[in-house]
Parts: sequence; structure tokens; C-alpha cells
Amino acid sequence: MEDGCAPGDPGALVAEGIACRRAERLLFRGLDFRLEPGGLLLLGGPNGSGKSSLLRLLAGLLRPAAGRLLYAGEPVAAEPAAYRARLQFVGHQEAIKPVLSGRENLGFWCRLRGLAGGAAGAAALDAALAHFALDEIADEPARLYSSGQRRRLALARLLAAPAPLWLLDEPSVGLDSRSVAALVSAIGRHRAGGGAVVLATHVDLGLGEAQRLDLAEHAPDAPALAEWQW
Amino acid sequence: MVSRAREQGPPQAGPSVTTALSALVRRDLRLALRQRGDLLTAVLFFLLTAALFPFGIGPEPNLLLRIAPGILWVTALLAVLLSLERLFLADGEDGSLDLLLVSPLPLELAVLGKVLVHWLSSGLPILLSTPLAALLYGLPAEALPVLLLALALGTPTLSLLGATAAALTLGARRGGVLLPLLTMPLYVPVVIFGVAAVDASLAGLSARPHLLLLAALLAAALPVAALAGAAALRQAAE
Repeated sequence: MEDGCAPGDPGALVAEGIACRRAERLLFRGLDFRLEPGGLLLLGGPNGSGKSSLLRLLAGLLRPAAGRLLYAGEPVAAEPAAYRARLQFVGHQEAIKPVLSGRENLGFWCRLRGLAGGAAGAAALDAALAHFALDEIADEPARLYSSGQRRRLALARLLAAPAPLWLLDEPSVGLDSRSVAALVSAIGRHRAGGGAVVLATHVDLGLGEAQRLDLAEHAPDAPALAEWQW
Repeated sequence: MVSRAREQGPPQAGPSVTTALSALVRRDLRLALRQRGDLLTAVLFFLLTAALFPFGIGPEPNLLLRIAPGILWVTALLAVLLSLERLFLADGEDGSLDLLLVSPLPLELAVLGKVLVHWLSSGLPILLSTPLAALLYGLPAEALPVLLLALALGTPTLSLLGATAAALTLGARRGGVLLPLLTMPLYVPVVIFGVAAVDASLAGLSARPHLLLLAALLAAALPVAALAGAAALRQAAE
């Protein structure tokens, strides 16, 4: 998204020569990208190419084997807590407690991010539930939810506890077309408000203009890479 | 960095951390109360195991009184162990641990919050049911306060040390088997001083030094569990 943002503009997420190793296996290396506020980075690549690992790495759950990550011009490793406060991560697992209701699950994740309850908090919660059409089942225990509804509840976290950077790992899995549209509109509004999104997906969600990153090109044994490395 | 901290605002400041910590403690308490079966397991295990020993040993009041402190401590320890495996496992399996790591709440505090709930749902009920168990062994009334005080100081240490081990075994394939093996050696000092306190009061001596040592163990276990537990959880999430 080279839309006129000056280098070092607050909020730009920059990766410099990132490499990731899982259990002695190098997944990818030499990864560079620059994501400006309002930008969208689509991660592609076959299964096992490291999309989820890259997202976990961007979320600070994994440490890069090489390279560094900068947010707003500062290394993320220097102030991890400040960086974490600016991101929302929705991974493969929904982190939903079956004995709590949808609203209780969502409310907990909001308060854990330091958002106070009260009327304003409750209104944001209701709006997030309504956006993903969960308002009618919000007070039922989450063990009764279908997998698509669980997915939507996880995505509702994005709206209930806003953060400038969204890290989404195949967010559309199990969603019906209406929910995918809700997700796409949420991402659109988030970007219009200056938020950035990193999204791993195998399907075309119709998210508009985006930067693309194919992790297969960064695999350690890719011939193209071997050529220009040596 | 200064400018970042200014524009950043709340994340590292006090209020949001307390909000987050109280949210975690309240959620875990709510989970414990909704799953009442889990809550009762520890107490029932404690009471039933303590009740079995007199059947096995026979009705000899002197012998029962002699072994009562040891038996009660060991059964309390085993009851605490019973619920330890689930402490981080549920969060690790459903992805909550990842979000906990990504949240602004320092993980060390999150570990202490979870330990607090674990103690409230296992140590405290055991403590409350101890007078009943003591009755089975004919423990004199004057020794009971010492036993309760020793348990009140010792069971939080059991939860703290157990939480460290639970965090360490989170990624292990047979964590459930590994956990007691890791934990029991760490529990030895707690049992020694806990039993010694009750024995001292039965012998008419002062239990104070033993209780102070239990308090010291608790004070030492607090930072160890917070730091080691958090480090182990970070490792498990990788």
C-alpha cells in the first residue's frame, strides 16, 4: 500500500530479513515487507509453507530465527508489551470456553485487553455481536455453538476490542457467505480507519487492493532463492 | 521510546493491568463454579482417602493419632495434585493461552492469578473439610488450629510449585504422568514442616518455627512460580 505514507510513519509494520525455524526445520527466510496503516497483506503459499508460523511470529508468540520486526520505526523486541497492546490475533483456535455464554467469552477477552466494562464497553460488545449476527444466541452457552458460530464469536473480538493491527489466520474457514461478507466489511472499515491487516488465506475473499506475499518464494530450498543468494 | 509510551497511554499503566487480572481471576472462578464436578473432586478425594486409612490400619487410637498429621498432609497433597494438570492444559488446548500471551497482562501476573483460582478451588475446600477429616483420627482440639494454619500456609505453596510443573509439562506428550513425578520431590519440604508443626503441638511444643518455615517456603515459591511458570508457558506456545 504505497499510498503516500512517509517512511517511518507511525504504525507501519516492517519486516527485515525474517526467517522462521520450527523444530530444526527452516520454514522461510529472507522475508521483507512493509505494511503501512490502512494496508492489507495477504499471505499465500501451500500448506506447511509457514503462513501460520509467520502470523504467530508477527503476534510475538514465536521469535524469528533471523531478521527483525519493526513497528512504528522501533524494534518490536525492545518493547513487546506496547506492541502486543496494538494487535489482535485470531488464530486457528477460537479460544472459547464452552461453559460460558458467547457474551461472557467476548466480555472476558475485552477486559483482558484492559477495556473497562460499563455502558460504553457493553455497547461496543453488542455492536460486535450484532455485526457477526450473534446477538440472538449471545446468552447461550458457547458449547451449543456450531463451528461457524464459534468462528464468528472469535472474529467479534476484533470489533469489540479495537487494535490497529489485525493478524488473521484463515478467518473465513467455516463461515457462510453472509458471514464472509460481514468479515470483509469489517476489514474494509478497519482499513478505512487506518488499521492494518495481515491475513492468511487460500480463497479469494474479494478484499480489494492488497499486497501479496507468497511464502513459497521464500522457502529455503527454492531454486530462485538459491540463485540470488549465492 | 518516550514518545511511544506517551501516545501509547494505558497498556502498561496500572488500571488496565488490574482490570485484566481481575477479569482473568473472575473468569476462572466462574469456570470453576460452572464445572462444580471438578470443584468437588479434590475435596471428596481428600475426605475419602483420609477415611480409608483407618479401615486399613485398624481401630488403634494411638497409632491413628501418631500417623494422622502425615496422612492428612499427604492426602491433601495428592488432592491438590489431582486438579493441577488441567490448570494450563485447557487454555493451551483451546488457544486461550495464545491470546493470554498476546494480551497486555504480564504473563507472570496471569500465572499468579491462575494459581490463586486453583488454590481457591482446591486448597481452600480441603482446608475447610480438614476438621471433619481430623475427627476420623481423633486429633485433639488444641492441635487442630495448628493443622489448619499449617495447611493454610502450605497448600498455596503446593499450588504454586504445582503450577510451575504444570506449565513445564504443558507441551509434553504424557504430561499427566510427568506432572506428579516432577512435583512430588518439590513438595517434600512442605510436608516435612507441615507435619512437624502438628507433631510439635501434639507434643506440647511450640509450632511457631515450623509455621514460619512454611511461610518462608510460600514467600520463596511466589516469585519462582511466577517467573518459571511464565517462562515455561512462553516456551510451550512456541
